[in-house]
Amino acid sequence: MCGKVRRYEDRFSDRLFLTLFPPILFASSQILNLGNGTEPRDLDPHTVTGIPEFQIIQNLFEGLVGKDPKTLEPTPGVAESWKISKDGKTYTFKLRKNAKWSNAEPITASDFIYSWKRLLDPQTASEYAYQGYYIKGGKDFNQGKLKDASQLGIKSADPYTLEVTLENPTPYFLSLLYHHSLYPVHKATVEKHGMRWTRPENIVSNGAFSLKKWQMNQLISVEKNPNYWDSSAVKLEKVNFYAVEKAETEEKMFLTKKLQATSTVPTEKIAPWTKDTSGVLKRHPYLGTYYYWINVNRAPLNNPLIRKALALAIDREKLVKYVVKGGQAPAESFTPPGTGGFKPASRLPKDSSRVADAKKLLAQAGFPGGKGLQPIEILYNTSEGHKKIAEAIQQMWSDNLGIQATLYNQEWKVFLDTQHSRNYMVSRAGWIADYNDPNTFLDMLTTGNGNNHAGWSNQAYDSLIEKAAKELNPKKRYEIFQKAEDILLEELPVIPLYVYTRIYLLSPDVQGWFENVEDIHPLKYVWMK
Amino acid sequence: MGINYVLKRLAIMVPIFFLVVTLVFFMIRFAPGGPFSSEKTVSAAILKNLEAKYHMDEPLLSQYVRYWKDLFRGDLGPSFKHANRTVNEIIAEALPISLELGLLALTWAVLIGVSAGGLAALKPNTVYDYVPMAFSILGICLPTFVVGPVLVLVFGLWLQWLPVAGWETWQDRVLPSLTLGFAYAAYISRLTRGGLIEIRGQEFIRTARAKGLSESEIVIKHSLRGGLLPVVSYLGPALAGIITGALVTETIFNIPGLGRFFIESAVNRDYTVVMGTSLLYFTLIFICNFLVDIIYAILDPRVKYE
Repeated sequence: MCGKVRRYEDRFSDRLFLTLFPPILFASSQILNLGNGTEPRDLDPHTVTGIPEFQIIQNLFEGLVGKDPKTLEPTPGVAESWKISKDGKTYTFKLRKNAKWSNAEPITASDFIYSWKRLLDPQTASEYAYQGYYIKGGKDFNQGKLKDASQLGIKSADPYTLEVTLENPTPYFLSLLYHHSLYPVHKATVEKHGMRWTRPENIVSNGAFSLKKWQMNQLISVEKNPNYWDSSAVKLEKVNFYAVEKAETEEKMFLTKKLQATSTVPTEKIAPWTKDTSGVLKRHPYLGTYYYWINVNRAPLNNPLIRKALALAIDREKLVKYVVKGGQAPAESFTPPGTGGFKPASRLPKDSSRVADAKKLLAQAGFPGGKGLQPIEILYNTSEGHKKIAEAIQQMWSDNLGIQATLYNQEWKVFLDTQHSRNYMVSRAGWIADYNDPNTFLDMLTTGNGNNHAGWSNQAYDSLIEKAAKELNPKKRYEIFQKAEDILLEELPVIPLYVYTRIYLLSPDVQGWFENVEDIHPLKYVWMK
Repeated sequence: MGINYVLKRLAIMVPIFFLVVTLVFFMIRFAPGGPFSSEKTVSAAILKNLEAKYHMDEPLLSQYVRYWKDLFRGDLGPSFKHANRTVNEIIAEALPISLELGLLALTWAVLIGVSAGGLAALKPNTVYDYVPMAFSILGICLPTFVVGPVLVLVFGLWLQWLPVAGWETWQDRVLPSLTLGFAYAAYISRLTRGGLIEIRGQEFIRTARAKGLSESEIVIKHSLRGGLLPVVSYLGPALAGIITGALVTETIFNIPGLGRFFIESAVNRDYTVVMGTSLLYFTLIFICNFLVDIIYAILDPRVKYE
């Protein structure tokens, strides 16, 4: 396809188009059409895990707190106010009396108690159950060690007061409440319809919008929910979430105004779009790190000197500028800078002396000039983008260290299997924050964490993460995280490569949409010009 | 054509069907990874509960037996990926879309193919022959994944006459069905031309002419019936090819047809959907070929089935 992008405002033959295809294809009045990536697996807040699902669910349901679209600060949701105890472990939420389900039934504290128990119930088999582990007894209940659900730290003094007791003071608990796993679900509906309760004909929800239509692999339509407590503030009448898997198709639908926002931009089109002056290209940092796992139990990678040499030999600036090419920032720490306001002080060096240092480390490990070292295998899931990055790193290791690397790719599910069974040397990975706090990145590397695919274990590190969970003072807490980052950059069970960037197209007609690091855009606040 | 022949054909289908079920069932199970492997590691306890939900905790052989039992009841099981749908529901939703796309494509193919081929055959070795035949070579050579994006570029992005993707309005149907039908139209035009030219040289056409029939009567009554035989015999494989081959077109135009479920289910290890779509494709291909054999016998008196 041609590399040139037609100007978005180029209204070539628009008139003819309008005559031929009247408004159905256009955002007439308050209808918003969004590209939403892959087909959602489900719309059950407790069982889904993906971003396409979240984009819809956050508008169908509402948790105790909402999120300010600009500042990302917690705003009142179903709870109109809350109090936090001095030790930071008890939260008392006052629920608003006018909060209703879409079938007009009132929402009470017992709805939340039911829902959080459902999330933690082993029978629900929720992959996000760990979001409920902050609640006292949550982990034991989920793992079957605690049978009595009444022992969980969730109580109601009256229908409109919910008291939550946590295991540890969790400073980001309020921001966690925006996560779909902690949204309420309607008990009678879930119990009546089982797995089929999320179908348009069955679902009862409590958000600003309600589900009207679900055509698989095509679109999900939601309409303004008149029973929502704040419905007078909701301006959009209807939102269509289109399941468009291919970025190229999404872009074309945007160019012909069938979509007002895309979920991404084809990589090879980013450069031409950057030259577009109409401002429809949106690009901002995102809380996610692209990195390589290092299997620390495999020789020669069990030697931290070699791991460090490998990490230092990579020129991240070049990598993002010439290979990734989406305006990403080089990752010099594992936690992206700015996660919950945390600015990691320790950084992987980027000056030219790093290559000399890497060579020294390699010689120190007993392999001067890479001689005698077996080839390093880099695994990635099949994709042109991952391949290019791996090839660039292969080249850098060879040029800078004399180390040979071989590349191999696997189809997604096979790749996950290999990574999980740790049957690799170096493997491509990415991690997107579940919540806006450094803990979402750092606790993944604790000993025995299911997502720690490096097999790395460090007692000092573990105790730091544990200590941070109990620390009330935010400044001290971040100092602890800083120490944990220091250990990571010394030990390098992960080699950070770049910080993710969100890149998408947004029509200037869409108002009330703010760019933010969590990429959260509650449609409650959005309207069409 | 005897009833025996029909029965024989159906009888052959039974062991093949058994083989297909067995092969697909075990092949997909032995592929690494599973429906529940995900980027975020699922704890062993949760995995156990998920597996129990779908009877995956039972031995493979009893799952196989269970599948047959369900199949006899016409139940293709629940989907792993689309949590609130059964495979029957997915097929009920996606198959009509694929059929519609396929039939529209076939209509284009026949309409364009027969008229272009007929034109070429009526005036062979003139510009009316060269131009359509040159196009048909192009149509045969160009794959769908080139034709589709080019049509989208011209009619969708440049002229903006037609939508670039989707399956909601009638306008959405035009480009995908043209894309899918294009190659078949090209092939049909060549078959039509060849068939008609061959027939025109036959004795009975000369007789018809000698009887003083008008040229149009000769073409419609006598030439077409015999001349289109190759086209008819091609329609079966063409329809099967169009339905199964639609997945590229479905991907280009983001159409929620069966082809996309077929591909995605394999990638997602959505075992039940893989089984359901494979069996459906198998049955469709079988039926198409079967129907063609029957139509062929009706059209051509020389063909006899024992």
